[in-house]
Amino acid sequence: MSEVKETPTSAVAADMADERLILSKGPAGIATMVWNRLKGGELGTLPVIVGLVVICAVFYAREPTFLSSRSLVTLTQFAAPTGIIALGIVLVLLLGEIDLSVGSVAGFTSAVMAVMVANHGASLLVALLSALGVGLLIGLVYATLHQVVGVPSFVFSLAGLLAFQGALLYTLGDQGTITLPQDSGLREFARDKFLTDAQAYGLVAIAVAAYVVSNVVGIRRRQVAGLTPPSLVGVLVKAAAMAVGLGFFCYYLGANDARGVGYLFTFFVLLVVLMDLLLRKTKWGRHVTAVGGNEEAARRSGIKVGLIYTSVFGLCSTFAALGGLMLAGQLTTVSQSSGTTDTNLTAIAAAVIGGTSLFGGRGSAYAALLGMLVLQAITAGLNLINVESEVRFMVTGAVLLLAVAIDSVSRRLRSSSGRG
Amino acid sequence: MTTSATAPARGKIVLSLAGVNKRFGAVQALSDVHMEVAAGEVVALVGDNGAGKSTLVKVISGVYQPDDGEIFYDGKKVTVNGPSAAQDLGVATVFQDLALCDNLDVVANLFLGQERLLGPIIDEAGMEKEAWRLLRSLSAKIPSVRIPIASLSGGQRQTVAIARSLVGAPKVVMLDEPTAALGVAQTAEVLNLIERLRESGLGVILISHNMADVQAVADRIVVMRLGRNAAEFRVEEATTQQLVAAITGASDNVVAARTARSEARSAEGPAGTEGDPDE
Repeated sequence: MSEVKETPTSAVAADMADERLILSKGPAGIATMVWNRLKGGELGTLPVIVGLVVICAVFYAREPTFLSSRSLVTLTQFAAPTGIIALGIVLVLLLGEIDLSVGSVAGFTSAVMAVMVANHGASLLVALLSALGVGLLIGLVYATLHQVVGVPSFVFSLAGLLAFQGALLYTLGDQGTITLPQDSGLREFARDKFLTDAQAYGLVAIAVAAYVVSNVVGIRRRQVAGLTPPSLVGVLVKAAAMAVGLGFFCYYLGANDARGVGYLFTFFVLLVVLMDLLLRKTKWGRHVTAVGGNEEAARRSGIKVGLIYTSVFGLCSTFAALGGLMLAGQLTTVSQSSGTTDTNLTAIAAAVIGGTSLFGGRGSAYAALLGMLVLQAITAGLNLINVESEVRFMVTGAVLLLAVAIDSVSRRLRSSSGRG
Repeated sequence: MTTSATAPARGKIVLSLAGVNKRFGAVQALSDVHMEVAAGEVVALVGDNGAGKSTLVKVISGVYQPDDGEIFYDGKKVTVNGPSAAQDLGVATVFQDLALCDNLDVVANLFLGQERLLGPIIDEAGMEKEAWRLLRSLSAKIPSVRIPIASLSGGQRQTVAIARSLVGAPKVVMLDEPTAALGVAQTAEVLNLIERLRESGLGVILISHNMADVQAVADRIVVMRLGRNAAEFRVEEATTQQLVAAITGASDNVVAARTARSEARSAEGPAGTEGDPDE
């Protein structure tokens, strides 16, 4: 009996042996699978991409220059600093925590850098590293408060929001505003440096090649392990789409006398890709997701939950400092209003709009990129059609509410269709 | 199967506890508890709700630190100051609430905390292959290991949790109520599995309320009551009535003691013949 049963299963890959599995083959099968996932609440980044397309269409209809090369160059460059801050927010949200103080930390650390450079004649590198160090230190203090004292993150980061705004004012002293020197490297990096065509297309080629190679290696490994590999054609189609999409993006940003892809935006995108790989491919990332999903289960599996919290709070504040420094470079000044409420809430809103769940355990580094592009598109579009900031705040608020509503509904869909 | 082949590993005490105390505020959850498990032995831990079974499991698995008492592993005194320390020693635990992450898939849950790495990268293909091997060895009915845990039934989750305990090649496996949520066939599978664990020379601690399960697979039965060792039986010499009496404390009073004495005096023969073991 058992031998008769054994023969057919051994011919099939281990992961396809169960007779209850619904096999989906060909384009129709893939379409059915995608539809079922959406119906089950696995929305992923779809809502934010749809939102981005709708926003672009609306503004383009009102004012065609919205999608001009120049306008997109500005849009991408201005999205980057706050986007870097949002990347840290994605991490804390993954743990189901929050950091309300990122804006103040960004402002305070950039003030530290500016004072060191302008008043104490420190070299830029030393000043930048000190500012990042201060950011990291703040994150470690937060982690200690959370782990040792047991203060909820909402409370200590609210305290931080106030305290570091005060620290910003104290650091700036009577000066009020510090302007970075004209020849400052930070200023050049954030404002004036753009990829040459060769660099841009080179990066695209590297990205596509890395994608293809890593996937082919993955397919190979699964074949060796006797598991069904993903289809090579699918990988190649995706790689081709990626090459065309990114290539066109680089071309369009450099066309019509526009300046191309900025160093700052490239830096932001590289950080996003790096964080995405860390989250999906490494032990640390797996443990962050696990702690966000079920902290007690993670602890009992031997994960050092305290270390995960420490690393995440540390990274979040460091990203906040980094974003603040980039913001300072971009605006060329650090003032008493650096990193105040607007930056703070934009960064948090970007992470949430990008599809990071507020309930922990779900989200991707790309949420920071996509969410920030949505918010920056709204800002840029409303500026273009001469609408004042009061409307911008209202629109941003509505979009944020919509994003959280989508998150909540998809969560309910998931639990009713058994997808956790 | 090949009992004689693993016989040399048997009989050696792998884990023993002495004088373990644990307090939660004003509640003495464990007082002066002792227990030992040998290689190739199944020790059942039984007791009423609140008897301290789960607390004892958590002490052994490092989730709680005992207030007093000593734990010996392989004859050496050890301190288990965390779940990972217990894992490193070779003590694996399947908790009653399973402790699975709903947002991760089956493979990620099986290897949580013990991921296989290729350099800095998680070896997904290798882990998935091993996951299928483990699940097949338990005759698990799980259609795909790439679906989130949330979409599995209670029995399937239990199987995943048991499979997870075997990932790190442990020496002692603790199962807290492993059959509570299972159907008839799956319960039998788990009991088979426990016997397979014993045959391969592991020490097994089984916590259960189900006397039939306990008597089917255990070698020794440790009864706990109100945080203390109440009684200990070889499975051959214990009847269900004796076990229930020890668990509920029905034998723990003057009247019961008198009755037992007079019964023993009046009729030497009939009592004690019904719990005949299967060996």
